[in-house]
Amino acid sequence: MSTVEDVSTTPQTTAKPGKPALSEGKRAERRLGWLLCAPAAFVMVAVTGYPIAYSIWLSLQRYDLRFPNDTEFVGLANYAAVLSDSYWWTAFATTVVLTVVSVAIELVLGMLLALIMHRTLVGRGLVRTVALIPYGIVTVVAAFSWYYAWTPDTGYLANILAGDSAPLTQYLPSMAIIILAEVWKTTPFMALLLMAGLALVPDDLLKAAAMDGANGWQRFIKVMVPVMKPAILVALLFRTLDAFRIFDNIYVLTGGQNDTSSVSMQTYNNLIKGLNLGIGSTMSVLIFITVAIIAFIFIKLFGTAAPGSDQGGKR
Amino acid sequence: MGNGTSRGRPPGRIAAAVGASVLTAGLVTACGSEEGITLNLYYAPEDTFQTVVDNCNAKAAGRYNIVYNKLQRGADDQRVQMARRLAAGDDGLDILGLDVTWVPEFAEAGWAEEWTGTNREQAEAGVLPGPLATATWNGKLYAATKNTNVQLLWYDDRITPQPPATWDEMIAEAEQLKAAGKPHNILFTGAQYEGLVVIYNTLVASAGGHILSDDGKSVVMDEGAVQALEILKRVTSSGITDPSLTNMKEDETRQAFQRGNGAFELNWPFVYASYAEEQPQDLPHFKWSTYPAVDPGVPARTTIGGYDLAVSSTSKHKPEAFEAALCLRSQESQKFSALNDGVPPSIEALYTDETPLDPTKPVNADDNPSMATAYPMRDAIFAALKDPAVRPLTPAYQSLSTVISKVLSPPSEIDPQKTAEELRTKLTDALNSKGVIP
Repeated sequence: MSTVEDVSTTPQTTAKPGKPALSEGKRAERRLGWLLCAPAAFVMVAVTGYPIAYSIWLSLQRYDLRFPNDTEFVGLANYAAVLSDSYWWTAFATTVVLTVVSVAIELVLGMLLALIMHRTLVGRGLVRTVALIPYGIVTVVAAFSWYYAWTPDTGYLANILAGDSAPLTQYLPSMAIIILAEVWKTTPFMALLLMAGLALVPDDLLKAAAMDGANGWQRFIKVMVPVMKPAILVALLFRTLDAFRIFDNIYVLTGGQNDTSSVSMQTYNNLIKGLNLGIGSTMSVLIFITVAIIAFIFIKLFGTAAPGSDQGGKR
Repeated sequence: MGNGTSRGRPPGRIAAAVGASVLTAGLVTACGSEEGITLNLYYAPEDTFQTVVDNCNAKAAGRYNIVYNKLQRGADDQRVQMARRLAAGDDGLDILGLDVTWVPEFAEAGWAEEWTGTNREQAEAGVLPGPLATATWNGKLYAATKNTNVQLLWYDDRITPQPPATWDEMIAEAEQLKAAGKPHNILFTGAQYEGLVVIYNTLVASAGGHILSDDGKSVVMDEGAVQALEILKRVTSSGITDPSLTNMKEDETRQAFQRGNGAFELNWPFVYASYAEEQPQDLPHFKWSTYPAVDPGVPARTTIGGYDLAVSSTSKHKPEAFEAALCLRSQESQKFSALNDGVPPSIEALYTDETPLDPTKPVNADDNPSMATAYPMRDAIFAALKDPAVRPLTPAYQSLSTVISKVLSPPSEIDPQKTAEELRTKLTDALNSKGVIP
C-alpha cells in the first residue's frame, strides 16, 4: 500500500520546490487530469454533498409531511428540542453503551480468532470460511433467529433459563442479547481486519524476541501489538463507526422497548414513521456530527491511519 | 484465459435477456387493458380479497381493471410505503387501503381525495356510526369504510362459568383463581406498540374520559383518562398477568390463552377461528362477551379497528377510482369478505342478514356459511359496535400512539398522576410536531 502511495506522490513532492520547472507538456497533462476527474468529482459531490446539505437545511425548519401548510424556518429550535429531550439522551446513552461494550468484546474475541486463523496449519481455508459464516448471514435474518431463540416456549435458549423468564422484556437482559447478537455477527469482520495486521508482523522479529527469552505473552504484547497498532486502530475505528449506527438488531429483537432504542432507531421513528422531516433531519445531522467526532478522535488523537492516507499510524 | 472470458459471457447475455424481458413485461402490463383503465389498489394482504377485486372487475365490464397490489403485513410498513410514495407525488396509486387511524393524516397531508355528492351518499349509506367517524376528518368524508373490528372478552366456561361484568370483578376473580391454583391470568396486548394503546383507549372511553379534545387539536387527559391509568396499573401489578406481558402482541396473547395460560383474554375475533382450527375439542367451552365495564352499570366502550378505502389525490383516474372503491366495499363485497376472511362488516344490515353466501342453497357451516354460522359471536360484536370508542382522530396519531405506548410501558410502573402529567406534556409536543418521539 505504502509503495503505491509513494509512486503517486513522487511527482508532486519533486514538483513543489521547482514549480516553474514544470514543462508545458506536464502542465497540459495535469490540466487534462483534472478535467478527466471533474465528472467523477462532480457526481460524488452531487450524491453526497447535496443530501447532507439538504438535511441540514431541513433540520432548520418545522417541516412535517402531515402538516404541509405549517412549514416554516425555525432556526436552531429543532436542535434545542432534540438536545433537551430525555428520550434522545436515553437513546444516546444506550447507543454508547452498546458501542463500547460490543466493540471491546469484539476486539478481544476478534484477536483470538485472528490468531487462530493466522496460525492454523491444517485446513486453513476451511477454518477461515467457517469463522466468516456469521458475517455472511443477513443481519435481519440472524436477528430473527436470536429473537425466536430467546422467546419463551418457542426458544431453545429461553427454555434454558429458569422458569417463565422472558429475557427480551427487561432492560439488562435485552441489552445483553443485543450485544451478543452484535458480537456474534461482527467478530469475524474484526478478526479479518486484525489478521491483515498479523500478516505484517515479521517472523524474524518474533524469532529474535524468542531468542532473547521473551515468552508467548511478552512476544504478543511487546512485539505483535505495537507492530499491529495501525491495523488494530483501523479495525476499532471501522467497528465503532458501524456499531454506533446500530439499527437492525434492535429493530428485530426488541423494537426499542424498555429503553433499548438506539439513536438510529429513534431517527427512523421520527423521520420515516413520524414523517417529521424537521426533527428527523436534526437527529440525522446529530448522528453525522457524532460519527465525525469519533472519526476525528481516532485519526487525530490516536493517530489511526485514515483509509487511503499514508500519514497516520506512524507517530 | 480466453476460455474464461468466453465462459463468462453467457451469464451477461442471460442477465441482459432477463432485464429486457422484465422491461417488456412491465410495458405489457402498463398498456395491458387497452380499452379500459388500470386502477392500482394498495391494500393489506387479505386471503380472498382477490376474488372481490375480480368480481368488481367483471362488473366494470372493461371500463377499468383493478389491480390488487398487496402491501406488507405490518401496519406501520403499509403506512410508510404509501406515505413515502404519496409524498413524492407517485401517480401509480389510485385506491388506498387505510387503517382507521390514518384517515386524518392522509386527509390533512392532501393525499386522500374528498368524497362528495352521490359517492359520499353511497359510502355513508347504512354504515355504523363508529366506523364512519374513522373515515371523516373536519366534517368531510375522506374514505369509505371497508370493514370494522372490535375486541371482545374471551373466557373458558370451565374456569369461569359467567364472564365478569366489570374490571373490578375480573381482577377479583383472577386473584381468587390464582389462590386456588387454577389458570388465572388476564391476557392482553401489553407490548410497547399500538395494541397497548388500543387497550388504554378502551379503558379511557369506558371510564367516560378523553385523551384529546373532540376536534383533535388539544390534549385533555381528564379524570377518566387518569382512572384508566389506575386500572392498567392495578391489573399489571398484582401478579395476574403473563410474565411476558410486555412482549405480547395479538398472536402471543392468543397462543397463551390456547396453552391454558390464562382465564381471560382480551382480543380481536380472529382468535375464534384459530381456536376452532387448533383445539376443536375444547371449542364448546370457548366463550365470549363484550368487554367488562369500568363503572358498574355503564357499558364498556371498546376501541374499533378495521380498514377504510381512500382515493389517492395523485390518481389520474379519480372518477373510476371512486366507483371501484365503492364496489370493493359494497354490502355484497363486505359480506363476502366477512364470511371468507373473518373481517366484520361496517354495514349495519349485515349483522341481521340470514342468507348464506350462495342464497340458492341451504346454509351449511362448511361450504355455504351465513353470518350466523361464520360469526357465532356476531351479537356481541354488534353490541360492542353500537357505542364504540374511536381512537383519537388527529393527523398526528402515529406520533401520539408511539408516545402513549412508550409512556405506558411497562404498565406495572405507571404512577397515575405523574404518568398523566407526562402524557399531557409529551402529547402536546407530539400534536404540534415539536417533540421527539421515542
